[in-house]
Amino acid sequence: MATAAGGAAAPYLRVERVSKTFGSFAALKDVSLSIGEREFVCFLGPSGCGKTTLLRAIAGLDPQTAGRIVQGGRDISGLPPAARDFGIVFQSYALFPNLTAAQNIAYGLENRRARRADVQSRVRELAELVSLTPQLNKYPAQLSGGQQQRVALARAVALSPGLLLLDEPLSALDARVRQHLRGELKGLQRRLGVTTIMVTHDQEEALTIADRIVVMRDGVIEQTGTPREIYDRPATRFVADFVGTMNFLPGTMTAQGRVRVGGLELACAADAATAGSKVTVCLRPEDVVVRGIGDATPNSFEARIAAAEYMGSFVRARLAVPGLNGAGLTADFSLNAVRDLGLGDGATLRAALPAERLRIFPDGKAS
Amino acid sequence: MRGAMLAVVALLAVGIVLPLGLLLAKALQDNDGAFVGLANFARYFRTPALADSIGNSLFVTAIATVITVLLAFVFAYALTRSRMPLRGMFRGIALVPILCPSLLPGIAFVYLFGNQGFLKELLGEGVIYGPVGIVMGEVFWVFPHALLILTTALATADARLYEAALSLGAGRLRTFVTVTLAGCRYGLISTVFVVFTMVITDFGVPKVIGGHYNVLATDIYKQVIGQQNFSMGAVVGLLLLVPAVVAFFADRYAQRRQVAQLSARAVPLVPKRNPPLDWALFGFCCVISVLILGVLGTAAYASLVKMWPYDLSLSFKNYRFDLMDGGGWASYWNSLEMAAWTAVAGTAIVFLGAYLAEKTRGFAAGRIAIQFLAMMPMAVPGLVLGLAYIFFFNHPDNPLGFLYRSIAILVICTIVHFYTVAHLTAVTALKQIDPEFESVSASLKVPVWRTFRRVTVPVCLPAIFDISMYLFLNAMTTVSAVVFLYGPHTMLASVAVLNMDDAGDIAPAAAMAMMIVLTSAAVRIVHAVVTRGILGRAQAWRSRG
Repeated sequence: MATAAGGAAAPYLRVERVSKTFGSFAALKDVSLSIGEREFVCFLGPSGCGKTTLLRAIAGLDPQTAGRIVQGGRDISGLPPAARDFGIVFQSYALFPNLTAAQNIAYGLENRRARRADVQSRVRELAELVSLTPQLNKYPAQLSGGQQQRVALARAVALSPGLLLLDEPLSALDARVRQHLRGELKGLQRRLGVTTIMVTHDQEEALTIADRIVVMRDGVIEQTGTPREIYDRPATRFVADFVGTMNFLPGTMTAQGRVRVGGLELACAADAATAGSKVTVCLRPEDVVVRGIGDATPNSFEARIAAAEYMGSFVRARLAVPGLNGAGLTADFSLNAVRDLGLGDGATLRAALPAERLRIFPDGKAS
Repeated sequence: MRGAMLAVVALLAVGIVLPLGLLLAKALQDNDGAFVGLANFARYFRTPALADSIGNSLFVTAIATVITVLLAFVFAYALTRSRMPLRGMFRGIALVPILCPSLLPGIAFVYLFGNQGFLKELLGEGVIYGPVGIVMGEVFWVFPHALLILTTALATADARLYEAALSLGAGRLRTFVTVTLAGCRYGLISTVFVVFTMVITDFGVPKVIGGHYNVLATDIYKQVIGQQNFSMGAVVGLLLLVPAVVAFFADRYAQRRQVAQLSARAVPLVPKRNPPLDWALFGFCCVISVLILGVLGTAAYASLVKMWPYDLSLSFKNYRFDLMDGGGWASYWNSLEMAAWTAVAGTAIVFLGAYLAEKTRGFAAGRIAIQFLAMMPMAVPGLVLGLAYIFFFNHPDNPLGFLYRSIAILVICTIVHFYTVAHLTAVTALKQIDPEFESVSASLKVPVWRTFRRVTVPVCLPAIFDISMYLFLNAMTTVSAVVFLYGPHTMLASVAVLNMDDAGDIAPAAAMAMMIVLTSAAVRIVHAVVTRGILGRAQAWRSRG
């Protein structure tokens, strides 16, 4: 497991060999993980991968079938949710509809027999924190989706929990609000310094907000790492496919650092796989280079643009490469390149695949 | 939490499982309590006077079901799919029979078509006492129940299907068959079974107007009250349980399918103007409404007339219940008291039970037990339940025997009798609120009961009012179960109607039935006012501001 990032030497939260089964279905299989204090971690994966199950196990809402969870040095594996130390925001927000924003935020505070004035000032402080002061006396139905989300967030952090759990908190919002709140959420987490776990299926969200991403699939962790590590050096074919866009080309290793793809012989990282073995060669579309390529450039070849799709800030082209036996290649070109090189439908060009950007995954192994 | 769950389970076990068990045992014993196997059943089927009732019951029930479903379907279609005027008023009138005890239509039809009825000639050679009267009375009484299910089924149409049918060139008839009928087919199935069960298990109508035409429901009464033959009563009770149980499962199946049909993306259908059809449906609804109000009006008129048909001057003489046998005004006050307790205690128990079953974690056995037991009463006809209560609470070894003939047993029996619909109303309301409220409360260290009181109950208040009104109305109008359970000091108004009618005091019976109708109507109005008015103001959060 990659143990980079994280704040403290001793992890704040340790998940040790946790499994969860529903009947005969294994939702989590022997999952281990540690999270540092003040860290912002995203559980990322497709639906059904076990990310929400893991979050709910950490909260104690759906206790694990086996394994141990330790938070702040305390074994919480068997504790009911009320005895644990966390705040939670659900996808639906679960705001109490018959209570105002202020009453929702105060809900956990009032229970502590606190003085009314103290509760009031704490509510105002929290409202300010999430910029909600003018809406305090409104009911949830009178608030916009983004405002509801802030109320839920303020309510979750009201008791200053050691752990903040977010279950797809942004997925019910439309794209613009979501982008805006993403930044605010990150800022709030920094200011409060609260260890945070967010569940999401949105890779862009995870890449922009997290200190560390935990990619999950079918109840196991595929890869743990910083957003850069996950994007640039995906550990498995699945991660490569799930995060970002990726070309997958079938190939065969011919020698150390040499791989044959169709009719092309490409240079690649030396330690990739043993000669003669079948592999999949992966490359991000934006890593296809088209400027300053000559006949002598390594890993270069002739290609024709079979179809070009205008994506706004860039152009995604489908390249037909004679040397690849008909296997196509997806490449992203900046609008500059498109203008300078005249990259339209049917244009021919010379492209190169930089050896250091190629990722090689051996075939036949479970990916 | 666990304790509360066990309490609800215990109540339902005592209220339905154990009594039914004893009923079953009793059917296998002779009247002295010795085990005789299936001898009672053998004797039942050998006795033509008894076994004929099965055919009679099926016959009148089938006819009443067909007529009711046809009429209610057209009426529901008019309410939901036409632009005829006064739809709200028609709906209100059509639901009036819900306020009536089933004895009322019987009494009204006796006045209209009986030996001294002023419309007797309309029947020609026929007589109202028997299958004709039973069918007419039952159609009146179950009509609103059929209407409610069918309007719900017809109200949930997807306009896109009609546009598709139109664009594909389907004619009107074809569209009706392939879209309209197909769309509400599960609602129709459900209606048929609900109506069939209600009719075959109803006791009020055949008791008043059935004459010598024996049906299963009146047989139970005769065997138990008339002949004190409890074993034979239990046999008939078990026979009556069969169609009810079959209908129960068929209805559950149909309802599940109906729900599955609705997709969130459906576009609601807005009926288009179609003057010829609209006015035809308007005429139809006028006729039905006049008939319904006519029946009710007849009962009201009969209760006010001095001496039918000789002295038609009006007076309140028939309302002086204390001057005749049958329980007097005390029975009316008993009914009010019983209905009030049923509404208050019943709503509390039902809602708590539904909450525990829906919203708690752990103790899965308790939750499953509540869910299962809550559905059982639906499949048990009132008469069978009442009879089972006799066996259970009157049993010499039962420590709960002191309840027998008390007002408490009437309350318990009525809560259990109408438990299922109330439970389902509560479950529907609870399912609509966010499932994570309890999780949020736990994370905020707020105890469950506090969130229950502060959030769950206020949010579910409309459903809670609905449940209490449903229980109150049914407690006021029901005769079937309680007819076996009242004591000398716990006579009820609905039973008084029955007994006065039995004794030939038909006018006072009509008067008491009218008291029940008026009380039920008043409660309905209060319910509407409370729900719309006070609730609207106190719960401003329900509306977007």
